[in-house]
Amino acid sequence: MDGWTIAMIVLLAISIFFILLGTIGLHRFPDVYTRLHAATKTTTFGSIFLIAAVIVYGAFRLTEVSGDNAGSFMHLIGMSIIALLALLFTNPTGAHAIARAARRTGVEPEQAVIDDYREVK
Amino acid sequence: MTFGPSEILLITVAALALGILISLLRLFLGPTAPDRVVALDTVNTIVVGLMVGLAAYYEEVVFVDIAVVYALLSFGATMFIARYIERTKENQEAV
Amino acid sequence: MLTFLMTFIGVFLLYLLMVLGTGDGGTFGYLFHWEELVAGLIISLVAAAIARTVLGKAENTKLFVRFPLFLVYIPVWFAALAKANLQVAVMVITGKIRPGIVRIEPGLKTNLGKTILANSITLTPGTLTVDAFDDREEMYIHWIKVKDTKTMDERIKGVCGSFAGWARRLAE
Repeated sequence: MDGWTIAMIVLLAISIFFILLGTIGLHRFPDVYTRLHAATKTTTFGSIFLIAAVIVYGAFRLTEVSGDNAGSFMHLIGMSIIALLALLFTNPTGAHAIARAARRTGVEPEQAVIDDYREVK
Repeated sequence: MTFGPSEILLITVAALALGILISLLRLFLGPTAPDRVVALDTVNTIVVGLMVGLAAYYEEVVFVDIAVVYALLSFGATMFIARYIERTKENQEAV
Repeated sequence: MLTFLMTFIGVFLLYLLMVLGTGDGGTFGYLFHWEELVAGLIISLVAAAIARTVLGKAENTKLFVRFPLFLVYIPVWFAALAKANLQVAVMVITGKIRPGIVRIEPGLKTNLGKTILANSITLTPGTLTVDAFDDREEMYIHWIKVKDTKTMDERIKGVCGSFAGWARRLAE
């Protein structure tokens, strides 16, 4: 095993651990807000490491191939960065939209010790 | 069989598919509409990651192009469903 | 003019990422083909002329001018994201939570500042934005591990950490 393989194992192991943890969190937590905590943060973090691993893989293949084939791996790296940017900007906004829809339709946070939103009208 | 970077990518894709199955269980169980949207949002994010992983495995860059479009469209879908849930509630109160 | 330049640079950088690796070993090696660069310049100019009032509002140009600060912000944000994930990991395993929705008034005036703060704290330890308003300064935050606080300053510090200050420095 060389350095490339070890780097990819580490990055992908972190990514799998957090993404699976987030999906388990969907079942462990009691209400929609806490589930959003689990789902949004862990899948975003996991995707960052997954795409970092793909970039490492692209760099690894770049060292092997030459000539015209090199272009396709550079293209893979560039498009992966765009996919990561799309995820980073859309994920928190989507989570915020779901949380607001849930609160405005009257889903109460479970086990809440404080709920300031009840005063708003 | 050699154990190189592409085999590790395949294992990752299998693990992500398992994550999609676990999220789908929450999508079926509910109990409220926002819970289902959270599960759907999670599935969408994992699918984007899975597509990027598969693109590296098959060395087909087209998969990543589709992943970018999928990410943006699924964001639109999430926003639309959230707005729809809000609006339905307002209509019910008005009646 | 500044909004036009800002949109143009943003669109052109995205375009460069998308066509990375199209070269044939010419002037720019295997990175870019010169025809792609010319096409990208034309597309970016047209896109910037159409979209400058949408993407580049006058109040948003501050973020463009303070771009170096944004580069410093990224590692800070990433460290907070890593910490948030470890915290969620501990909570999923132990199941110990103390949730609640709290009201904070971070004192941000512009929409850009509110957007940066809301999106940052959604991805940082234990907090999730539930509601924010165009015309009011207050925000409602779902906090997964509520700490008892007396004053608003303590509460803002507990919810946002250093991010309220960062949003102010970046956008206002």
